[in-house]
Amino acid sequence: MSNQTDFLNRRLHSLLGVIPVGFFLLEHFYTNYHATQGADAFVEAVNFLWAIPLLPVLEIFFIFIPLMYHAFYGLYIVFRAKNNVSQFGTFRNYMFVIQRITGVITLIFIIWHVWQTRIQLLFDSTPTAHELAMDTASILSNDVTAILYGIAVISTVFHFCNGMWSFLVSWGITIGPRAQLVSTWVWIVAFVVISYFGISSILAFNDPNFAINVTALQ
Amino acid sequence: MSEQTAVVEQQKTVHLIFTRQDGPDSKPYKEEFHVPYRKNMNIISAMMEIQRNPVNSKGETVAPIQWESNCLEEVCGACSMVINGKPRQACTALVDKLQQPIRIGPMNTFPVVRDLVVNRGRMFDALKKVKAWIPVDGTHDLGPAPRQSAIEQQWRYELSKCMTCGVCLEACPNVNDNSAFIGPFAVGQVTLFNAHPTGALNKEERTDALISDGGLQQCGNSQNCVQACPKGIPLTTAIATMNREATKHMFKKWLSF
Repeated sequence: MSNQTDFLNRRLHSLLGVIPVGFFLLEHFYTNYHATQGADAFVEAVNFLWAIPLLPVLEIFFIFIPLMYHAFYGLYIVFRAKNNVSQFGTFRNYMFVIQRITGVITLIFIIWHVWQTRIQLLFDSTPTAHELAMDTASILSNDVTAILYGIAVISTVFHFCNGMWSFLVSWGITIGPRAQLVSTWVWIVAFVVISYFGISSILAFNDPNFAINVTALQ
Repeated sequence: MSEQTAVVEQQKTVHLIFTRQDGPDSKPYKEEFHVPYRKNMNIISAMMEIQRNPVNSKGETVAPIQWESNCLEEVCGACSMVINGKPRQACTALVDKLQQPIRIGPMNTFPVVRDLVVNRGRMFDALKKVKAWIPVDGTHDLGPAPRQSAIEQQWRYELSKCMTCGVCLEACPNVNDNSAFIGPFAVGQVTLFNAHPTGALNKEERTDALISDGGLQQCGNSQNCVQACPKGIPLTTAIATMNREATKHMFKKWLSF
């Protein structure tokens, strides 16, 4: 019997990228999109999430650990490739390189973002959704931060969508060139739509009226 | 004037820049040659010209370029090298269709033996590893072979064109010193033998070997292999086919414990 640990690790990396990490990404964008309907709607959405029983357990076992595995195994994959787009300037080869670049950008962003919006909550003994909304609005009221968040959102969504394309190939779902081409277009559309949701949410928090409304709520 | 043009025409040369290496452990270096142009020249005939008159552009007499070649019709894969940045066979690289100076080097993914001669032994090892054959040896009568549909035959015919030339390994970003990836061609060969009605009797063994260390999972979907393959083998279709096989194989193995 040959050693198949490498195969299982790689498949686990691929699976975790979709379930739960990819699923969490979509859920996260959905919650944040409530901000476009005003501070009220966002606070309500956050309270709904915070009401989920055993939330810290879910956060650790369904988000943090899978994400860390995906990130660090991903880095190992990144540094093993010898990129050659200068020799082979094909669409898929560019996607291959951009997938790796966006993966690294996304990881750096997530560390920063989790520090700013999640770890900071731990320092507050009784955080409220209002405070969270206010903190997020004050972080994103800075235009430079908002632009960096925007770049990171596009990078993350690209990584997710192109990753979904690869996932469908790696698990043997899209096999032939035509199926893979259709999949390319489906994920291009998904990339545009999900990016729109992400950017709108950032713009909502960036809007000075959002912070005013949060204060008014309190 | 017309006489002068004729002289220039007569002296028309082909400018070649080779990446040479004297031995497996020596340092690579560049050497330029200007060889007299002939109509319909390919890279092999240009190198044969250097064999006849091994004088470089500086006028020094040097050792002629070393290379491997057999069939000269792109079916053996022996003369694979990197020509103007692309791995391909020298026999079908026509001088008229190449931009000059023509830059020629060995496929560095493989250990260089000398000049353009590389050791593609790892490809043979990979074929042995994934059991890329159909075991029908024996002295007893095995009976008639199973009937095959024409569609299956055509699919396998495409996959059977592989000549182990090494171009897909050179093109793949995941085949390098940091990785153990055996290369796209091996996946194509497993697909070929697993699709054969007799070969399918041993398909579990091949799939098992293909997903061991350095196997199928190392593919990163850059899809360079299918673009680079001189035989037009549907390598990415073969990879995705084996991905599906591997998914089924994995669950079957887990559930049968």
